[in-house]
Amino acid sequence: MIFLSNLVNGISLGSIYAIIALGYTMVYGIAKMLNFAHGDVIMIGAYIAFCALQYWNVPPLLALLIAMAFCTLLGITIEGLAYRPLRQATSLAVLITAIGMSYLLQNLALLIWGANPKNFPSSMIQIPAISLFGEQLRISGVTLVTILANIVIMILLTSFTMHTKLGKAMRCVSEDRGAAELMGINVNQTISATFAIGSALAAIAGILLCSAYPTLMPTTGSMPGIKAFTAAVFGGIGSIPGAMLGGVLLGVIEILGKAYISTELGDAIVFAVLIIVLLVKPTGLLGKPQREKV
Amino acid sequence: MTVRIQKRNQDTKMVPVPSESIIPERDLGKLPVLECKHLGIDFGGLTAVEDFNLTIGKTEIAGLIGPNGAGKTTVFNLLTKVYEPTRGTVMINGIDTHGMDIVQASKLGIARTFQNIRLFSKMSVEDNVRIGLHNQIKYNMFSGILRLPSYWKREKQQHEKALELLSIFGMQDMADMQAGSLPYGAQRRLEIVRALATNPSLLLLDEPAAGMNPHETQELMDNIIKIRDQFQIAVLLIEHDMNLVMGICEGICVLNYGKIIAKGTAEDIQSNPVVIEAYLGKQKEAQA
Repeated sequence: MIFLSNLVNGISLGSIYAIIALGYTMVYGIAKMLNFAHGDVIMIGAYIAFCALQYWNVPPLLALLIAMAFCTLLGITIEGLAYRPLRQATSLAVLITAIGMSYLLQNLALLIWGANPKNFPSSMIQIPAISLFGEQLRISGVTLVTILANIVIMILLTSFTMHTKLGKAMRCVSEDRGAAELMGINVNQTISATFAIGSALAAIAGILLCSAYPTLMPTTGSMPGIKAFTAAVFGGIGSIPGAMLGGVLLGVIEILGKAYISTELGDAIVFAVLIIVLLVKPTGLLGKPQREKV
Repeated sequence: MTVRIQKRNQDTKMVPVPSESIIPERDLGKLPVLECKHLGIDFGGLTAVEDFNLTIGKTEIAGLIGPNGAGKTTVFNLLTKVYEPTRGTVMINGIDTHGMDIVQASKLGIARTFQNIRLFSKMSVEDNVRIGLHNQIKYNMFSGILRLPSYWKREKQQHEKALELLSIFGMQDMADMQAGSLPYGAQRRLEIVRALATNPSLLLLDEPAAGMNPHETQELMDNIIKIRDQFQIAVLLIEHDMNLVMGICEGICVLNYGKIIAKGTAEDIQSNPVVIEAYLGKQKEAQA
């Protein structure tokens, strides 16, 4: 029963990783760049929700919408100001810019909200815990909401990429940017939209993360960001189901590793698994080998 | 970027090209679909295309031929705005495309296929065609995600339109297959259908018959004429298969080292000594 409880916690943590990993994987798939500032967008999202709840006293759902809207704008702004001018530049230049953007966001947060950790209000998710198997397995409201949110996001996102014009445009751009442009698809708009969706998801992830682990600092986003990136690579970067699978597996491995192997080595186990998977299957679990175009 | 007038033509030993166009009689008096004037592009110090003049009539099938490396695909890239020309102008349906990007040029009515097939190979055949249709049909994101009735109605319209286009090549049965899994010839045909779906007035075909057998090539020739007649559009094709070029092209333009060395009808080109020299080398050397 303890195992089951650990498993549920693992899936819950993994769901957060998965939602963050979606942002990494979509941006990588479409813009062919690693947006290392993504982890910090999560932190900003959490801070905005924190302010909305704490200072402006808005209801939780509105706080979520405010955070999502802010992060969407932030994502589009970051893309437009920092990454778009580098569209033709080498991938290394873009990578360095992304890392710079990450530090910029962290330090902005430090400037605005200070270095002291904030206690994320528990009023965000007010769903009572449920008990299964006669009080033996207790699942908290946050855990439940996180897992459900992950499932809903997965379904909506799949529907979006398969059935909407923008979703199809994204798949085209990710497959062949040049051909997509010649078919009349506006690549810049498509990339902007990708950043918008990824950042809105980051806001959700930030709120879920801080509801589960309520300490909010300017560096809150870094570690989950890196882990989610790991999850994206683990599942096969560029693949949406891969990010989901990678995220959930990574969360489960982390929690089970901490519970049964070593609490201190939890993170080490996560990254060791990544290394092993990449040695065996360099494209990740669901990644397809890239074909070189001649 | 300033437009410089080229005076270099006089220095070359090439026969000067008559600059007047060779568009078919039925298209005279109508707005030409494409007009290139003194088009040129340099890559670093290398002049890839120079003083390229071409006018294509509203329903003309034109051919662009020349030895390998003559700059034919570069011309296509200039027309579709993949490259911004260093000199000269490209007018599509009478509109100067100076400063436009690829998407804007595509909306003016120019569509192309590729020498090496560039389908969206992971998507279905039908989706590939629909990508082209997207420009013409209004879309609402939420009705798509939530599958509202308006979504299904539009889906049905698009589905029918896509099948109609696919039926040009008798490919409607393949609609659900993955584009990348189609046989080679079918992939080439699908590229043409996808380009047609953008509702172009000028269709650029980059080696449409490459890798096809004589029977398939014959079929392709019939289909290109059929497309022209049905959609009333102009076609400009790059091709090495001379049977195809001489068989269906009303005007042919021969490119060598980035310059037009001859223009005319199939008969003019076949008997033109400059063209023969470009393809086979100088006659004197051959005799010696």
